[in-house]
Amino acid sequence: MTENRTTTAPAGIDPRGPRVAAGVTAVLLAVVVLLGASQAALVLLTVVAVSFLPGAVRGPQATWQAWLFRVLVRPRLDAPDHLEDPRPPRFAQLVGLVVTAVGVVAGFAGALAVVPWAAAVAFVAAALNAAVGLCLGCELYLLGRRLRPSA
Amino acid sequence: MQIDMFPPADDERTGMTMQWTALVALLVVTVALAVGWRATQGRARTTPQVADAGHDGGADWADVLASAGTTLGERATFLQLSAEVCSSCRSTARTLGDLAAATPGVVHVEIDVDDRPDLVRATRMLRTPTVLVLDPDGAEAARASGAMTPAQARTALTAVEGARTAGRTS
Repeated sequence: MTENRTTTAPAGIDPRGPRVAAGVTAVLLAVVVLLGASQAALVLLTVVAVSFLPGAVRGPQATWQAWLFRVLVRPRLDAPDHLEDPRPPRFAQLVGLVVTAVGVVAGFAGALAVVPWAAAVAFVAAALNAAVGLCLGCELYLLGRRLRPSA
Repeated sequence: MQIDMFPPADDERTGMTMQWTALVALLVVTVALAVGWRATQGRARTTPQVADAGHDGGADWADVLASAGTTLGERATFLQLSAEVCSSCRSTARTLGDLAAATPGVVHVEIDVDDRPDLVRATRMLRTPTVLVLDPDGAEAARASGAMTPAQARTALTAVEGARTAGRTS
């Protein structure tokens, strides 16, 4: 017997999609780290940050990385054994957007040294998501809630 | 922003070495976090029995269950505290729901922490899902956090019943 107290979930998505997308993003962020504090790194980090935007606003299915998964990867896989709620990975996209946006804003403000650092933090989060399905932002969600004054 | 078009070859090489070192360090950090996180996933730890006088848990689980429209299970209750942003909550809910459906006297309840933020403070939980395994009296017997496998759920159930049959002094 299960009493489900969560609200009605939107249509499920293939749980492997966000992980493959995170892998693609992690590779791009690794390149940003390798480019160091440079204009090229800033440009690539901006591309990554902009890529998070549709994911954070409309959901993880809306990114070009998810499109790559649907077109190139999914046809080669078996059907998923279950579908996943798109809200957690959407929150992860928002966390990725915030972290990379910090680097982009700092970079355009002249602090290029911040760019590889922001990329490094985002890289760890994206690589963990791709490798073991750990959503770092989701783990931190509760800590954020606890810091909020009691309602 | 001044761009040095022709940096000395040595500087360039040192810079690249540093960046590769940074990337390797990041990979090490990532692997360490992944391994550490995996090790704690879903493993139930028995809750130390605190003296009732000093008990500041602050939650009467029977009341909490009543407000969720259910009652304590005769064998055990899996009280799962979940969040909307948590994907392992869904798999854990499926696992525990299946166990409860297949095992008489075992109840599974899922509560969203956004509905009951007071429970986050009362349990001092740090991540979702956190699963409290309650004994038939409504006392917290064990606790697990992170995605739970069916085997871990069964182990948690056995641990709760083992602790009871071993006898308590109170």
